[in-house]
Amino acid sequence: MKAHWHILVVDDEEVMRESLAVWLREDGYLVDTTAFGRDAIEKARQREYAIYFIDLKMPGGIDGIETMMAIRKIQPDASIIIVTAYATVDTAITAMKEGAQEYLVKPCNPQEISLLVGRLIKVKNLQRENSILRKKLTRQYSFQDIISKNAKMAEIFQLIREVASLRSTVLIQGESGTGKELIARAIHYSGDRAGRPFIGISSGALAETLLESELFGYEKGAFTGAASQKKGTFELADGGTLFLDEIGDISPKLQTDLLRILQEKKFYRVGGTEELEVDVRVIAASNIDLEEAVHNGKFREDLFYRLNVINIRIPPLRERREDIPLLAHHFIERIGHELSKDVGGISEGALKILMNHNWPGNVRELENAVERALVTCKTRVLAEEDFSFLNHTQEHRGWNAPTDMTLDELENQVIAATLHRTHGNIKETAGILGIDRSTLYDRIKKYNLPRT
Amino acid sequence: MKWICVVALGSTEEDALAAVEKSLWQAFGFEIRRLTPLGEPAYAYDPQRLQYSSAAVLRFLLDRVPADAARVLAVTEKDLFIPMLSFVFGHAQLNGTVACISLARLRQEFYGLPPNRPLMLARAAKEAVHEIGHTFGLAHCSDPVCSMSLSNEVRHVDRKGAELCMSCSILFAESLKHIERCAGEKR
Repeated sequence: MKAHWHILVVDDEEVMRESLAVWLREDGYLVDTTAFGRDAIEKARQREYAIYFIDLKMPGGIDGIETMMAIRKIQPDASIIIVTAYATVDTAITAMKEGAQEYLVKPCNPQEISLLVGRLIKVKNLQRENSILRKKLTRQYSFQDIISKNAKMAEIFQLIREVASLRSTVLIQGESGTGKELIARAIHYSGDRAGRPFIGISSGALAETLLESELFGYEKGAFTGAASQKKGTFELADGGTLFLDEIGDISPKLQTDLLRILQEKKFYRVGGTEELEVDVRVIAASNIDLEEAVHNGKFREDLFYRLNVINIRIPPLRERREDIPLLAHHFIERIGHELSKDVGGISEGALKILMNHNWPGNVRELENAVERALVTCKTRVLAEEDFSFLNHTQEHRGWNAPTDMTLDELENQVIAATLHRTHGNIKETAGILGIDRSTLYDRIKKYNLPRT
Repeated sequence: MKWICVVALGSTEEDALAAVEKSLWQAFGFEIRRLTPLGEPAYAYDPQRLQYSSAAVLRFLLDRVPADAARVLAVTEKDLFIPMLSFVFGHAQLNGTVACISLARLRQEFYGLPPNRPLMLARAAKEAVHEIGHTFGLAHCSDPVCSMSLSNEVRHVDRKGAELCMSCSILFAESLKHIERCAGEKR
């Protein structure tokens, strides 16, 4: 158990520093030493030490109390023991007031120091155990890769379990960034098709003819450039699940083709004469209201009813704010690991900012915000200032909206300005705007925008 | 096979040295050799603390390790200290060659009690195994009867035995294998 714990000994006197370090190493701890306060602060930035032994009087630079205060800024709950050869009541009071756990007078009684270290390590072990239990709790609130303790989401999880092994089509509706594909994957991987392929395709990102050949494949020579036969996603997903994202964006012709394959389970490759039969479960998703699209004549009613056998409507993040802390911790852990950033948590204040934000881009926007904060943060805990860019967007609420342009013109200008700001970075732009990358590509095409 | 050397610093009683040698042989299985006594550790004396610096003793010993010795343990009557602590029963180089123990605080007389020679000899035997254990890389053990358990007070020494527990024995065997591998690579 001890082998996990690192201790830092800060003392300008080498014999003092090394003798304590050796004694602690014999006790099985991993001990680093330094003679300088500034170096100790730098070390604290790089690693979380279980205990800091800091000498009160260190000549030149900063003394023990200042070192302790700086370390406490980096690690607010660090266990710090102030050590001194010249004990006075005043220094003891100052040390304790500034947050030292203990005040030791050297030379110390071995039993005293042993009990003290034992007590602090016991607390550290409890803290670690607590964080493991918290993680287990997160797992309890997660289904496949989806994390939530919201009642509506719990109903969705239950529905997923019930319908996972059926062949019925599923229609998932929800705002952009709510995790429609994750729900589709959860359905696939919870059912008896789990061992078969799951193939996702974003209908909105592709032109009609391209989407057609993607879905149904083509025969050699079906069109210019079709040098060989190609299987479509329906064939590739045979026995498994096909996830059709942004189904509301597909053309009337493709709507007809889809209806046919859903009804008869049969189709032709583009340019083909042989009728092919597949066993594919279709899960469709849309971020626009399909019922309304039907009402407006933009979406075939019969296709809508074919798709809408099982309906799942994912609530936006602002309607399940209780999930924000859970999700934030999950993203810190996952993205922190991906970025090799040793960030252990998030401050109360920062969490408050996240709780108060409106999240138009939903979970994806939250994920992007955490990633951005992790990239720029300099400490081991995400603080309020790391999320200042969110305040910035909130402040813009006070901005006076123009009253003399169409929504399309406004959208055009906002996207162009954001693209310009990110130097054409699609991922970042989509994150800021809280929309899918495919939606962004669609808008760039629509407004014929330059990429930078 | 190399041996563990035992050496007296100044006047140290023969039965104490013999008890130490026996326990080291039993715990580690190394042949034991006695070196010529090295004299009182005046070089390690700290006039302010009126004690002897164990680190200074170890430095002194390091220059006097015989070529064919695996480990050297010095035994002294003087009270030892490290700068951070008020005293130590003994001190060793972790993963090193040299170690020392003090008999001063192992005697009942130090605590104002009547002398008890067998008890003092048993304590010396335990502390010798403990410090040489550190030179083989063993850290403190949580088993209170294992010789490698930490003793901050003499009653802790009395609670433990002069043998390594099962897990420390395994760690010791691994340490030996590692040392032999390294020696083989050097050759």
